[in-house]
Amino acid sequence: MSESITLQILRYRPEDEEEPVWQSFEIPRRDEWMVLDGLNYIKDQLDGSLSYRWSCRMGVCGSCGMVVNGEPVLTCTTYLGDLPPGPVRIEPLNGFPVIRDLVGDIEDFISKLQSVKPWIIRDEDKPLSEGEYLQTPEELADYMQYSMCINCMLCYSACPIYALEPDFIGPAAIALAQRYNLDSRDQGAEERMDILSQHAGMWACTFVGECSEVCPKNVDPAGAIQRYKVTTTAEWFKSLLMPWGKR
Amino acid sequence: MSSSPDLQSSSSAAHEAANPSYRPYHPRWYRKPYPILWWLEKLAYKKFMLRELTSLAVAYAAVLLMVQISALSRGAAAYERFETVLRSPLALLFHTIVLLLLLFHSITWLNLAPKALVVRLGRRRIPNRAVLAGHYFGWLAATVLLFFFLVGS
Repeated sequence: MSESITLQILRYRPEDEEEPVWQSFEIPRRDEWMVLDGLNYIKDQLDGSLSYRWSCRMGVCGSCGMVVNGEPVLTCTTYLGDLPPGPVRIEPLNGFPVIRDLVGDIEDFISKLQSVKPWIIRDEDKPLSEGEYLQTPEELADYMQYSMCINCMLCYSACPIYALEPDFIGPAAIALAQRYNLDSRDQGAEERMDILSQHAGMWACTFVGECSEVCPKNVDPAGAIQRYKVTTTAEWFKSLLMPWGKR
Repeated sequence: MSSSPDLQSSSSAAHEAANPSYRPYHPRWYRKPYPILWWLEKLAYKKFMLRELTSLAVAYAAVLLMVQISALSRGAAAYERFETVLRSPLALLFHTIVLLLLLFHSITWLNLAPKALVVRLGRRRIPNRAVLAGHYFGWLAATVLLFFFLVGS
């Protein structure tokens, strides 16, 4: 029971440091502990100044995403015991400016998410008296996968394009746009297209594919972006061949 | 619980004087520089770069085809010269490497196709594996057709 494990944490305290520095903490090794439990142990027992985000502890809220041993993961679903032996290196998510320790500034993601209008857009709402908008199981299956996104931003951290071109709207926001585009109740695809067909939209994606690999909810944002590209190209050809038709 | 604004501002002013690099209420963010060799950091990134770079082999193959057609249009002697160049050991070695790169490009490209394509038969979605099999079958059919066209003639 006296076994211990070293967590190396990239700390950044703007009042003291010009740039982040590594700090090591020895914590007890317990197989049932997640990486987040290790961080909570440090916060409670060793250094209360350690800053990081977390909330639900069950892989739902998407708050505790960090880079652990070089891989973006949810720390509440990553067992310490599953990691290879040796020190565990914990860093904030890539691509976001670091505010403090493991806390990044996610404002950019939030504004990009809003820009793709991730809600159901109707030309005209039908009156309440007509009841719900019905959907078949097949229609639900069309977008279900993309609706699983928990906005954890692991996909942004894995995406080299987002790090190199900060204007890129990014994987999760495009996948969520696609979630609404594919919803049979939605009529906002054209509005979203205006944003997503810009250079910083889907065309900035070069299909590295790592966003889908790290996604804890199997949303497959890379697939969503490529599907979007195919749909847009098909629409463009259609409008070229039939300019008089509906866009 | 609200502290007096005067007290707050004087304490933050003192803090600022002691730590000149710290700006109260305005965190000094750290933006990690992204290394130019970022693609060396992960195997998946290296594979991606290799896939992208093999596009050069595709471009080369297209140019080679155009040169071949041009030689063909200039008559038998010009085409003979073109073939002689291709028969040199160096050209054979180079084109073997190009072929390997083309195969890598084609296979990785085809493997990604089901991600981008959603094919439906009526209301049912065709599974990804079937879409992938369709692509490979098309590739095989085109290869067999070309083989018979070239060898049979």
